[in-house]
Amino acid sequence: MKKISPVIGKILKLEVVKKHVIKLSEKTIEKTQKANLFLSELADFTLFLTRTTKEAFSLDFEFKEFFRQCFKIGNKTLPLISITGIIVGLVLTIQSRPALVDFGAVFMLPGMVALSIIREMGPVFTALICAGKIGSGMGAELGSMKVSEQIDAMEVSSTNPIRFLVVTRVLAATLMIPILVLYADALGILGSWAGANIKGDVTFVLFFTQAISYINFMDFFPAFIKTFFFGAAIGFVGCYKGYTAGSGTESVGKAANSAVVISSLLVIVIDLIAVQITDML
Amino acid sequence: MMNMVKAETVAPDNTKKSEPVIEIDNLSKGFENEEVLKNLSLKLFTGENLVVLGKSGSGKSVLIQCIVRLLNPDQGTIKVLGENVNKLNRKDLAELRKKIGFLFQSGALYDSMTIKQNLEFPLKRIKKNLTRKEINEKVEEVLENVGLADTLNKMPSQLSGGMRKRASLARTIVVDPMIMLYDEPTTGLDPVTSDEISSLINYVQEKYKTSSIIITHDIECARATANRVIMLQDGEVYMEGNLKEFENSTDALIRSFFKKQK
Repeated sequence: MKKISPVIGKILKLEVVKKHVIKLSEKTIEKTQKANLFLSELADFTLFLTRTTKEAFSLDFEFKEFFRQCFKIGNKTLPLISITGIIVGLVLTIQSRPALVDFGAVFMLPGMVALSIIREMGPVFTALICAGKIGSGMGAELGSMKVSEQIDAMEVSSTNPIRFLVVTRVLAATLMIPILVLYADALGILGSWAGANIKGDVTFVLFFTQAISYINFMDFFPAFIKTFFFGAAIGFVGCYKGYTAGSGTESVGKAANSAVVISSLLVIVIDLIAVQITDML
Repeated sequence: MMNMVKAETVAPDNTKKSEPVIEIDNLSKGFENEEVLKNLSLKLFTGENLVVLGKSGSGKSVLIQCIVRLLNPDQGTIKVLGENVNKLNRKDLAELRKKIGFLFQSGALYDSMTIKQNLEFPLKRIKKNLTRKEINEKVEEVLENVGLADTLNKMPSQLSGGMRKRASLARTIVVDPMIMLYDEPTTGLDPVTSDEISSLINYVQEKYKTSSIIITHDIECARATANRVIMLQDGEVYMEGNLKEFENSTDALIRSFFKKQK
C-alpha cells in the first residue's frame, strides 16, 4: 500500500474538520432560526392575548355580534354533540357492563358511567368536537377575511377588528362550550340508560337517581370550571391563527388546520392540569 | 352610469398649492433583504388628486399602507393633517384614521354583511350620535351617489366587480373622510367600468372636497383623475409633474410606460 505523505494527511484531516465545523454551524443557524420563530410567535400570541383581554373590558362591547356568535356556535355543533353524547354514554355502558357483572357490581353501573361522563368524557369529547368544528371555522373565516383585506379595511376605518371579530368570538366560545358540555353530559346519561336497557330493564327515573347519587359537588364543579378554559383556548387559538394568517388562499387552509391541531392539544393539556389541580384539592 | 350623479371625466383642479395634508419625508421600507421604498419624499396638497404611477412591485401600495400605518416604515416621517403617524398611540391613530378613506384593490367588502350593513358598519361606530333615521338616509344617499341604490339588501357576492368597487367606495365615503387613498381602483375592470370609477373619483373629490392619492398603473385612470403625477421606479420618485409633462417626456422609461398603454 502506498503511504500518504504527512503533509497531505494533515491537509486531509483539516478538510474533514472544516466540513464538520461547517455542518455544525449550519445546524446551529437552523436551530437558532427555529427558536427565533417560536419565540416571535409566542410574543405575537401574548400581544394578541393582551390586546383581546383589554378590548373585552371596553365600554363599546359588540353585544349583537356576540349573541350572533353564541347562536352560531350552538347551532353549528348541536347535532354533532347530540350524537356524540348519546353514543359515548351508550358505548361506555355496553363496554363496562360485562366487567361489572363479573364482579357482581352491576348496580354501580349508572354511577360509574355518570361519573366518567361528567368528570372526563363529556367535557373532553365536547371540547375536542368544538376544537374541530368551531376552531377550524374561526381560523378559516378570519383567515379569509385577512387574505381578502377585510380585516385591514376594518383597521383603517377605525372600527377595531379585535373588538368586533375576536372578543365576540372568544367570549362566545368561552360561554357556549360549558353549556354544550352540560347538554352533552345529560345526553350521555340518557345514552347510558338506553345502553343499560339493551340487556336489562331499568326505568329512567331509577337509573338517573342512582347516577346522581354517586356524584358530589367536587365531581361536578372542577370539571365544569375547566370547560370555560377549554372554550377560551379554542376561541383564542382559532382567532389568533385566522387573524395572523399570511397572504394567499393557502394560508387560510393552514390557519384552519393549525387552529384545530393546537386547540385540540391545548384541550388535552388543560385537562391534564385541571386533573392535577383537582387531585390536590 | 345608471342613477349616478353625473361627474366630470377630467379632474377638477382644486389645488391652489395650499396646505399639504400629507407630508412624507425620506420614507424607507423594506421586507427581509429587499428595500421597497428608498428615501421617498412627497406632499399631497388640499383638494388635489395625486396619481402615483409605477410598474408592479415599485412600492406604490406599500406607500399608502405606510400612510395609514398598516405597515410601519423603517425610516422617515409621515405627517397626515399635521400629525406624525408613526408617533401616534393606538387611540390617536384611530382618531386620525377616521379622517382617511382607503379603497382597497380588492374592494374588501365584508362578505357576511349586506351592502347596507357594510355601509352602516363604519358609520355606526364612527358617528355614534346619528339616529337610526339619519343612518338610513345617509346610507341611501351615498349609495344613490355611486349608482347602487337598488343593491341595498344584496350580498357582495351578488354584485359584479365594478359594482363591488363602487359599493366599497360608498362605504369609504359614507363617513365623510378628508383624505382618500385609492389602491389600484380600476384594476381588473373593463374599460367602461374603469371610466365610471374614474368619474366617481372626480365626483368624490368635487362633492366631498377630498384630497386623494390614487395608486394606479392605468394611464386612462391617471388621465381622467390626475392633478399631479408622480412616477415611482424601484422605490424612488422617478419623475414628478403634471400629465402633459409626462406625455411629452422623452425619457425612455416614461415613454415606454405611456406608449404601451395607448
